[in-house]
Amino acid sequence: MKTLADLRAIKEKAKKEMATREQSAKYRISVAMGTCGIAAGARTVMSAILDELSKRGIQDAAVSQTGCLGCCDQEPIVQVTDADNRTITYGKVSAEMARKIIASHVQDGKVVSDHVFDMA
Amino acid sequence: MHRNHVLVAMDAHTIAQGARAVRDALMRNLEMTSLTSEVKVVETGSLGIYNRGVVLVIFPENVYYVGVKVEDVAEIVSEHLIKGRVVERLHYTDVPVEKAAEMGAAPRFGKQQRVVLKNAGIIDPESIEEYIARDGYEALGKALTEMKPQDVIEVVKKSGIQGRGGAFFPTGLKWSFAAAEEAKQKYIICNADEGEPGTFKDRLILEGDPHCVIEGMALAGYAVGADMGFIYIRGEYRMSIDRLNRAIQRAKENGLLGENLFDSGFNFNIEVREGAGAYICGEETALIESIEGKRGEPRDKPPFPPSVGLWGMPTIVNNVETLANVPQIILKGADWYKSMGTEKSPGTKVFTMVGNINNPGLIEVPMGTTLREIIYDIGQGIPEGKGFKLAQMGGTTGGILTGAHLDLPMSVEALREIGSGLGSGALLVVDDSQDVVELVENFVEFFNHESCGKCTLCREGNGRLLELLQRINSGKGHVADLNLMEELAVTMMKGAFCGLGQAAPVPILGCLKYFRDDFVRKIEAAEMAAAA
Amino acid sequence: MQDLTRVDEIVGRYADTKTPLIYILKDVQKEYGYLSDVVLTHIAKKVDIPLSEIYGVATFYSLFTIKPKGKYVVRCCNNAPCHVKKSKEVLEAIKSYLGLEVTETTECGTFTLEFTSCLGLCAVAPVMMVNDEVYGNLTPEKAVAILKDYKMKGQSNA
Repeated sequence: MKTLADLRAIKEKAKKEMATREQSAKYRISVAMGTCGIAAGARTVMSAILDELSKRGIQDAAVSQTGCLGCCDQEPIVQVTDADNRTITYGKVSAEMARKIIASHVQDGKVVSDHVFDMA
Repeated sequence: MHRNHVLVAMDAHTIAQGARAVRDALMRNLEMTSLTSEVKVVETGSLGIYNRGVVLVIFPENVYYVGVKVEDVAEIVSEHLIKGRVVERLHYTDVPVEKAAEMGAAPRFGKQQRVVLKNAGIIDPESIEEYIARDGYEALGKALTEMKPQDVIEVVKKSGIQGRGGAFFPTGLKWSFAAAEEAKQKYIICNADEGEPGTFKDRLILEGDPHCVIEGMALAGYAVGADMGFIYIRGEYRMSIDRLNRAIQRAKENGLLGENLFDSGFNFNIEVREGAGAYICGEETALIESIEGKRGEPRDKPPFPPSVGLWGMPTIVNNVETLANVPQIILKGADWYKSMGTEKSPGTKVFTMVGNINNPGLIEVPMGTTLREIIYDIGQGIPEGKGFKLAQMGGTTGGILTGAHLDLPMSVEALREIGSGLGSGALLVVDDSQDVVELVENFVEFFNHESCGKCTLCREGNGRLLELLQRINSGKGHVADLNLMEELAVTMMKGAFCGLGQAAPVPILGCLKYFRDDFVRKIEAAEMAAAA
Repeated sequence: MQDLTRVDEIVGRYADTKTPLIYILKDVQKEYGYLSDVVLTHIAKKVDIPLSEIYGVATFYSLFTIKPKGKYVVRCCNNAPCHVKKSKEVLEAIKSYLGLEVTETTECGTFTLEFTSCLGLCAVAPVMMVNDEVYGNLTPEKAVAILKDYKMKGQSNA
């Protein structure tokens, strides 16, 4: 360790890795993982979300999963909550759709309107 | 990137309740469900939840599970991690406030404040990166690149921090003594020989956040001009020893221990020295004797260790908790530190609550929190509807507190005023079903066993006190014995060679002062039974 | 006559450590089970410290023993935090089950009963250790049940 800058480089990297434990995330993304959701393909949606976030280097988003929301016909369901606690619910999300949600909604703040089925 | 972090508390308490087996089952289950790339398992130190079995926390949901058994793991994985449903029967909602606040949730008990324990239970103690992510080694970097050794001492002095081993000597002043010595070699010793019954704060700091102690030692070394440090730790603290050794190794690999740190020309190394089982080695000169490979018997003072210490060289001996405070004092400044606690006792204090209490364990509160707040708010009172009889603050050498002291602020000055102290911060709570005379016999049994035998007053005094107490407890005592005990105790207090012999009579005199009636009743009841 | 070559090896291990006596005693005890007169005399010669001084150190610290111990060392805590959680009842049950007083070893060499200093596990008091394993929240019945398991294990391994 030669300089404070060396130390801070390690710090920044480690902070990103720990972001899951700090609830400072700008967006909270939750994937419904009830039996219905999983049956409808929620696991591939989850993988796609994690992959896309990491590809784009997005660090201020926390991903979690919830249970069945009671609208099984809309599964897989993905919800995105912003810093003002506004939640957008997307229905019938495919892996490809999930990547689009990350690119547009989470990265640029633009809701992907054609798959929204309920605005809470 | 991991979507979930599962924290498994791995401290001596949870390991005693099966944490290792639960962790192994968790790893197996994650592998079976192909979740290892999505879910990260992090071993942490204590999460501040005790006596509730194995504890897990799942982030980002911040859900705490307690009493987790191997057979529950599959359910947690399939319900929580796969389906996102909280397993209610294991769900724990009484989350300690500091963790909740850390995560942005509403504080449940607003009375705790975590400074020393800010990382314990949050970071992986085996990961130097996670320590660095939470400002670790920033203070060392700042001191070595921007401050002179004298500046470091000034900040510590100004912060007003006092030694957390029990004597509460001003840390900055101690450092300035060693800094003023001319010597070709000086040493820093971290006293981790935690042997005071009921005390386990140092172990939990070392298990949960070993790097903060290492950083504190390096800062002390820079301040006084020492390039070598020793951590003297109880041989029984296996896990702390292993974690410390690995942490030292990681610090060396990252250039945070070793030669020419931060390109400043300052060198610092640390070696762990294990004790071999002797309570007296917590006394700093006995500790030094022990590192020198001898019987741990205390030395004559003066000279004090800052002038003549280990191998005859100027030596600073600081407690684990003291050193753990130092990095944050350097980083955030003396005024920040003084903003916590009372005017004369700044900062926070870590207490261990044990005995007859609903919520035993480790807490950190600002100095000056009252006994009532600690026992009834944080500790949630006394079990089984029993009443409060007494508390002993500071371990077995600690003073006795009664119901009349419940509103006393727990600060160095307030306790000094009633002839007592904070000691090691162990708080033993005793309910009104307990026999005080038997409790006192238990105290004296302990001292009689732990006396090193060097001075007559402590060696013989404790032996005679024990005889008197055994006599009373076996129904053969006399009321006059109480005066004899008092006389002997006062003589020991005045004349014993070291702190052990001087402090041993404190709880005895306390109990005789506040609960003399209990002794008299016991003696008279036995006399009446014998006469009948 | 004990084989002392392993003592030599252990002493050599600490050639670069300043004042290593306690480490040497620890490792030797691990190797030989206890610190016999023969072993201590040999260490004294190797490290050039008077035997009296080495004996003084070996008998000062509670983790050292100059007597052979049982296969399972049961160490009960009886410090104040355990005392108020009724450790005495646990101790009495263990004493009567093993037929031992504290510091004694059973004739068959299976159990040694000792006290331990506070292990800092007071939140799960009363506690005991059997070799390196820790047991908390004990009752007299629970403690005896644990020792029964060890007894069976001891017999089946014998």
